[in-house]
Amino acid sequence: MLDHKPTQKTLVEVDGLKLYFPITAGLFRSKVGDVKAVDGVSFSIFEGETLGLVGESGCGKSTCGRALLRLYDVTAGSIRIGGVDIAKLSADALRRMRPTMQMVFQDPQASLNPRMTVAGIIGEPLDEHTTLNRAEKLARIYELMDAVGLSRDFANRYPHAFSGGQRQRIGIARALALNPKFIVCDEPIAALDVSIQAQVVNLLEELQDRLGLTYLFISHDLSMVRHIADRVAVMYLGQIVELASREALYGSPKHPYTQALLSAVPEPNPEHEANRRRIILTGDVPSPANPPEGCNFCTRCPKVMDICRKVEPVSREIEPGRFVACHLYETTTTAGATAAPEASGANSLSTNNTTTQQGV
Amino acid sequence: MTDAAIAAAKRKAPRNQWWDVWDQFKTHKGALIGLAVFFSILALILIGPWFWTMDPGFVNLRARNQGFSAAHPLGTDQLGRDMLARIMAGGKVSISVGLTAMLLSITLGTTIGVLAGYFKRLENLLMRGTDLFLALPLLPLLLLMVTLFREPLSRTFGPETGIFILIVTAIGATSWMQSARIVRGSVLAVKEAEFVLAARSIGTPPRRMITRHILPNVMSPIMVSATLGIASAIITESALSFLGLGFPPDFPTWGRLLFDAVDAMQLYPARVIMPGVMISLTVLSVNYIGDGLRDALDPRIRGR
Repeated sequence: MLDHKPTQKTLVEVDGLKLYFPITAGLFRSKVGDVKAVDGVSFSIFEGETLGLVGESGCGKSTCGRALLRLYDVTAGSIRIGGVDIAKLSADALRRMRPTMQMVFQDPQASLNPRMTVAGIIGEPLDEHTTLNRAEKLARIYELMDAVGLSRDFANRYPHAFSGGQRQRIGIARALALNPKFIVCDEPIAALDVSIQAQVVNLLEELQDRLGLTYLFISHDLSMVRHIADRVAVMYLGQIVELASREALYGSPKHPYTQALLSAVPEPNPEHEANRRRIILTGDVPSPANPPEGCNFCTRCPKVMDICRKVEPVSREIEPGRFVACHLYETTTTAGATAAPEASGANSLSTNNTTTQQGV
Repeated sequence: MTDAAIAAAKRKAPRNQWWDVWDQFKTHKGALIGLAVFFSILALILIGPWFWTMDPGFVNLRARNQGFSAAHPLGTDQLGRDMLARIMAGGKVSISVGLTAMLLSITLGTTIGVLAGYFKRLENLLMRGTDLFLALPLLPLLLLMVTLFREPLSRTFGPETGIFILIVTAIGATSWMQSARIVRGSVLAVKEAEFVLAARSIGTPPRRMITRHILPNVMSPIMVSATLGIASAIITESALSFLGLGFPPDFPTWGRLLFDAVDAMQLYPARVIMPGVMISLTVLSVNYIGDGLRDALDPRIRGR
């Protein structure tokens, strides 16, 4: 992945994205604070790749994905898709941008209007953005249904008549209708059972190969992300703590949170499973309305240091294409040498490295 | 070969979904009976006068308070006017007042409810306006409306049309609040559904978002309040006539017939029962039609 990175073009570039939801209270609904759902996230997605976005419930994954398509008005930062900053576009210009970016939703039941037929649902983007006549539209709808593996006979049926996997296919067909370049997959497989998950993921991969799509794949299923993603970003409490290629991230996670997260993945081999040692985090995720001072993870981090409680770590590239926001890897600048910090880092990580290597 | 032909025929084109609605409507027995009853009432009041040509306003004091006879199939009232002719003429007014006032109140209520539910900025203004209307004392308001507008309206549109417009507007303008609140509540729920978010990600503008996604999904409460609205509009109209605020006394409506007959109810109960049964039948049949239509419009119930 990292090798052919320079040849790839960046399609999506997110810089300092912040999305705060105001908290209002009192008689006059005055603003008393913010829920910092996404708090300063920067990353880029190359054309044709899949960026996995993982993290626990409530860490802001979905909000981040929705903000990327301007389904929420962002508080700060820029989102460039194909060179256009959509964070500040007017409603009209944004509407014209919509065909390039689409979304596949988490709950296939809730994301389809129960009062529209399949043909109506898949045809809605065509109604909005094209001037096809009836026959052309129907032909395109059939073409899309073929592409996602739905029988053409289903065109007149309503969403309630389908299974979860079929509904998700309808959702994918709708997202594909306008030939988008970029698709945000917001936990598209979370509501499906395992055998159907594989079908849907394979369909997504096949469509990516065929149509050259770029995905942001949001999920909490680490093994599925490992399967589909080229690079993986790990989110915690509204921030990206680690961003690396799939092999690097799963092979040797750097950030303590990533290590803990990956240690929770079950091991299919029973012998390895017996030796797997989990890093169990104590406490709960702090409220995004009142994140801790310094590093967001400092309240639960097993390797917490004094500096973590005071200074917020910035995301830095510790290896080419590998970004970590953690003070453990920041000593490079303060020590002014390269060998020593790596040793110290390795030392402090040594106990963990063994466990995680067994685990993953 | 035949299989392919059958498959091709089957998927010829997405069928107009109103055929599915009709298919489902047909399976609802109550709705079919309601439809039949409603159409026969309509036939009675629309086609009936062609066959029974007696003038409903013709006073024949020699034939007062008669029972059922060949000359007057439903008898006559205290002034000797033919009851059958009066019921047919009264039905025309009552049903048109009921339907028009209901349409007006539903349109007003739905528009305000949808706008208040969908656009957060308008919510406060519109809902406080609704509360204001709910807090108004209705009868003094109607009295005021009638005294203020009866004369100018009669002069412009003629006495009958003028009063009709006045009554319909008065009933419509004072009965939309309930449906506005109900619709707003449903819109708030539907607005948060993921398919609305999906439509936003497609770039559907608010106008079509409302007509395509919100309105069809809040159809059920609208239908319910519409069918109930017809009943209350007919009854409000009769109450208004009774108070002397509605149509002139010699102008037959079902409510007016009812109230005219109440004085002599013990002597001539049939004169109360007949318009009463007509009002009840209309209301009931419309309720059943609304019920069947609501079920038929919901694809989740359809086909079960």
